[in-house]
Amino acid sequence: MTAAALWTTVLVASLACFALKLAGHLVPRSWLASERVSRVTTLVTVALLVSLVVVQGFADGRALVVDARVPALAVAALALALRAPFIVVVFLAAATAAGLRALGWG
Amino acid sequence: MNVPSSTPAVRAAVRQGVSVSVATGLYGVSFGALSVAAGVGLAPTMALSLLMFSGGSQFALVGVVGAAGTPVAAIATATLLGLRNTLYGAVVSPLLEVRGWRRLAAAQLTIDESTAVAVAQPEPAASRAGFWVTGVGVFVLWNTFVLLGALAGDALGDPRAWGLDAAAAAAFLALVWPRLAPRRAQLVAALAVVATAALVPFVPPGIPVLAAAAVAVVVGLVAPRGPGAAGGPTDADDTDREAVR
Repeated sequence: MTAAALWTTVLVASLACFALKLAGHLVPRSWLASERVSRVTTLVTVALLVSLVVVQGFADGRALVVDARVPALAVAALALALRAPFIVVVFLAAATAAGLRALGWG
Repeated sequence: MNVPSSTPAVRAAVRQGVSVSVATGLYGVSFGALSVAAGVGLAPTMALSLLMFSGGSQFALVGVVGAAGTPVAAIATATLLGLRNTLYGAVVSPLLEVRGWRRLAAAQLTIDESTAVAVAQPEPAASRAGFWVTGVGVFVLWNTFVLLGALAGDALGDPRAWGLDAAAAAAFLALVWPRLAPRRAQLVAALAVVATAALVPFVPPGIPVLAAAAVAVVVGLVAPRGPGAAGGPTDADDTDREAVR
């Protein structure tokens, strides 16, 4: 790709991504005000977060893998069940994965 | 934007935002190193990172360029992956209530992490604090570390060795945890896991998240209201009680 083509690609794609973000913010408030929509939004929030856990915890490109992230998530779940603070949960997960990788696994 | 009064919920949201910003921002090293290695120079790499500011789309565009793909393919892939940010914008916009240039800033900062922290909060002031702290925090750290990665290559090491990928996964888990009490939320969570895991091997990254959201919309529209749904007055009441415990 030439420098001009590369810059064009970067700028057009960035503009498209920004337009997509802004479009969401410009959805009329009245569309989102009903009780039914707020019920759906509550469930969409759960689905988005759970889906991000799966992608961030198990996906490697387009493959699903079991590596050091999985025991780290298990430790995080245990910490959450014991009502540990957010930062502790995140730190324990990082430490678990880092430790296992330092030992040569995952 | 009002300066949020410092309630415990606001302070918790700020702490969560900072944690998520660090775990995510440091990952910029990977993108900077990969982008330069793929033949995208330093200046285009930084332009991409500052202007596009959506990790999945950035990695995808650089991947297509590195594989000698066409500009159209690179733009289409990055745009497809950015589609979920439209949904995020629609979800966080009513929480933020911003106008003018702040709305443009909010749009640019609308990504997985800022949305996740904002929607997980029990009250609007905490949602706003969570969104802005996470959005600005990730923006500053991500771009700083993209620059470092682009300049230093792999010399800074692999963020995976520090467990930062697991930290990000754990952060999302911690954000959804208090919302899983209602029966219907558990059903949606299970379906989201199945939908995501089933689609990851077959569609571009970013699409499984949209599919999981679509499943939640269907459940929300077809499931009857009633005692079997949440075991309490309403789903929302249950969720709120759990979130502020």
